[in-house]
Amino acid sequence: MVEFGFKLSPSSRINLDLRDKASFSKLVEIEPDALKCMACGSCTASCSAGIFEETSLRSALLGLQNGDKEKALKLLSHCMFCGKCTMVCPRGINTRHLILSINKIYQVR
Amino acid sequence: MKNNILIIGGGPAGLEASSILVKMGYNVILVEKEKELGGHLAKWDTLFPDGLKAEDLLKSLIKKTEGVKCFTDTQVQSVNILDKSYNVILSNGITVLADALLLATGFDLFKAEKKEEYGYGIYEGVITNADLEQFFKGKFSIKKPKAVGFVHCVGSRDEKACNPACSKVCCATAVKQACHIKETFEEADVFCFYMDLRMFGRHYEDLYLKAQKMGIRFIRGRVSEVAETSEGRLLVKAEDTLSSKPIKVTLDTLVLMAGMRPSESGYMVGHQLNLSVEEDGFFSTKDTMLSLQKSNLEGLFFAGAATGPKTLPDTLHEARSAAMEIDNYLTKK
Repeated sequence: MVEFGFKLSPSSRINLDLRDKASFSKLVEIEPDALKCMACGSCTASCSAGIFEETSLRSALLGLQNGDKEKALKLLSHCMFCGKCTMVCPRGINTRHLILSINKIYQVR
Repeated sequence: MKNNILIIGGGPAGLEASSILVKMGYNVILVEKEKELGGHLAKWDTLFPDGLKAEDLLKSLIKKTEGVKCFTDTQVQSVNILDKSYNVILSNGITVLADALLLATGFDLFKAEKKEEYGYGIYEGVITNADLEQFFKGKFSIKKPKAVGFVHCVGSRDEKACNPACSKVCCATAVKQACHIKETFEEADVFCFYMDLRMFGRHYEDLYLKAQKMGIRFIRGRVSEVAETSEGRLLVKAEDTLSSKPIKVTLDTLVLMAGMRPSESGYMVGHQLNLSVEEDGFFSTKDTMLSLQKSNLEGLFFAGAATGPKTLPDTLHEARSAAMEIDNYLTKK
């Protein structure tokens, strides 16, 4: 094949028209706290897994709302359920139940 | 004790100050350029944080002004500084010799069409915060939307719009209006595009949490441009700065939170008196802490948004302070 020097890159833009609204609504049904995050970053800062592998509940929630399920699940895949984020969350979000609920709705074992 | 006090501006500040001064026994004359009293309050439907009806507040403010000589549909034609008073000629031909003058000239909403990239006046779906209040009052129509966006800081925190300052009330107004939209159109998706959410007042943070729980999505990033799709909807682009990615969404209605600018009619009065204004265009107060109601002229006072953006409670407090300052001044005289 002749290499012309052109290539198609996938768009990195978030398209909210394509996001998965239904799954997020289901998540909110079993854990309404999913709506309460104000993106302060306390969970990410205190995460004991985050020191080794990129882990962030804040970013994961944002990813789910932006339709980036893969990224969101990756950001939670190293969670050890230690519960430190529950202690620091200023909005009192039940973060452990939220992460378990995300895994349940978005079908991760 | 029958000094003449002329109050310019019949909005909340002018109304509150006039009712207090008239009870103190002064001869109070209130001038309002519009046909109705109330200023912006008369054009609003509900008020943050608890959804109080603007109409009810206005009614109680007006009710208290019994004894005040109100001239509506009247403007100040000229003002002259005399030895210890002001000679004011009104557009209705009446001349007032005022011992004290209160400027309660308020603000004008930023003209949203100046931010051309948002398409106000170009696309039908793009409206302002004031238009939306008119819709809630049943005096303006919008098509039933599937998705609605709110753009915070339109003409505020924007040097190119000649206003680097925060307009203070738009964040809480946007969140209030977003909730109201969600209550009106339950099925609609609602987005707020903000830079910082400045929910500083009592109960404002509760309003934010209420909005979040209703499913209103807050996107941190300023809308950069708006275009029309082939179906006549609005394509809105911004950056989601929390995920460092450009974002786009198709909406039906986009509400621009127009900020506060100094009122033009207030400027005309100030200009004749050579009153100094600060860089933001609002009048300078005598100092920045102890004499916020005083100007650099003897016998001339301020209340409300004439000296910068203010919430309604702040404006009413200032009106009461101004009434006290005027009383002190006239008693000493």
